[in-house]
Amino acid sequence: MGKLFAVVVTIITVVSTAIFIAHTWWLPPDISAHGHAIDRQLSETMISSGVLFVLSQLALALFAWRFGDREDGRRVKPFPGGATPMVVFAAVLVGAEILTLTLVGAKVWAGVFQTPPDPNSLQIDVQAEQFAFYFRYPGPDGRFGATHPELINEASENFFGLDPARDTSARDDIVVPTLTIPLNRPIALTLRAKDVNHAFYVPELRIQQDFVPGLTIPLHFTATQTGRYEIVCTQLCGLGHYNMRAYIEVLPQAQFDQWLKDKAAQQ
Amino acid sequence: MRVRDLMLVGGVGLGGTAMMIGRAATPPGATISGKVTFTGTPPKMKPIDMAKEPFCARLHAAAPVLTENVTTGPGDALRWVLVYVSAGDQGSAPATETVRLDQKGCQYIPHVLVVQPNQPLDIYNDDSTSHNIHPLAKVNAEWNKSQPIGAPPIHAKWESPEFIPVKCNVHPWMHGWHLVLTTSHYAVTGEDGAFRLQGLPPGKYTITAWQEQFGTQSQDVTVTGSETKSVSFVFKATPY
Repeated sequence: MGKLFAVVVTIITVVSTAIFIAHTWWLPPDISAHGHAIDRQLSETMISSGVLFVLSQLALALFAWRFGDREDGRRVKPFPGGATPMVVFAAVLVGAEILTLTLVGAKVWAGVFQTPPDPNSLQIDVQAEQFAFYFRYPGPDGRFGATHPELINEASENFFGLDPARDTSARDDIVVPTLTIPLNRPIALTLRAKDVNHAFYVPELRIQQDFVPGLTIPLHFTATQTGRYEIVCTQLCGLGHYNMRAYIEVLPQAQFDQWLKDKAAQQ
Repeated sequence: MRVRDLMLVGGVGLGGTAMMIGRAATPPGATISGKVTFTGTPPKMKPIDMAKEPFCARLHAAAPVLTENVTTGPGDALRWVLVYVSAGDQGSAPATETVRLDQKGCQYIPHVLVVQPNQPLDIYNDDSTSHNIHPLAKVNAEWNKSQPIGAPPIHAKWESPEFIPVKCNVHPWMHGWHLVLTTSHYAVTGEDGAFRLQGLPPGKYTITAWQEQFGTQSQDVTVTGSETKSVSFVFKATPY
């Protein structure tokens, strides 16, 4: 029985490791300027925890193979000091590994998300609501109109609660359901939630950030590849959560300028 | 214009198929007819971008659906205005025919639907996507039902008179109205802004026109015999 267990453990170890090494189910291509740092950190985490995983599984298999079928019931050799030092030793070993990964990972994360956005970033306002995202650009005047939650009215497409009757800067604000951005230009988003917690998750951008009602949360990135990618909500936000998504469209600068001009003309 | 006539307008105007019921013979009594128009500058009818729901976005790729909160037509006409007898109604038998509401192309068809208290209302999902109809009733009991692809119609009815805004919890741009009226004398204007209330017994009536953004206007009209009286409503429009 011990030998069979050893064989099964070894097969599981080899197959699962091979799946990771072959990148069978892996991340989508990175399309962001900062993504390489996240990917490198993820890779380091996978390698260090992977090596420990393989070593510990193979050790388990070895011991099961070698000693699993002893019938005399005697211990092979006790851990020095008994069970308590063994548990403490294991906890310290695993704790040190997790703490190291956390500290190194937090440094990478802070380097990406805790830094101020480029002052020349394109400012875009994001409103999340059950169960859609809307994006707002300041329009030709370069200024956002003030938002008044009590004026939100889906019937007239006033998703941000603008007051164009009194607020002239709100009149040319461009509101769209697709996040259209120029290639290689820093983007600074301001995230707001109308109702409950939501999340802005674009795997290709290596970004996942929660929306919290009552908070305006800044988020910045630069996209380095054109294309159309999906934005999904990853916070369970209600019955229609499964359908809460939008798209991000990365265009060359000239095409983006034309798009913005066309949208401004429709306001 | 009775319910079936209203449905005829909705069916013809929006390409519906199940509402092509012939106009009933003119009932005896007086008629009040007219047109609803606006002055000033109305808000733009904005194209609705349904990118979030690719199935519906594809359906309207060639001609985007426009917002319907203020729908204008040729000659400054106002569409989707309810005109009804708000006072002086002498009562009529309760309506029993089933009214149909479609969720089609991520739109409510018709945008403005009129029923009488306890009149059967069947709600269909004609789309290859789920909808979640949510009438924001305050006088009646509010409800909120999901209707997946191919689900059977939802059978509903409203007990008390109320103007109920209706939204879809999955598609924020979907917006409509269920107007629950006790009178059977009502009409909803089409693209030409015209309305016609028929079969009115002699008497004095208050005729009210209701537009979802501009509010209401009322006029008193007295009719006798089988005469036809003309009434116009003009709403003052502002762009915002």
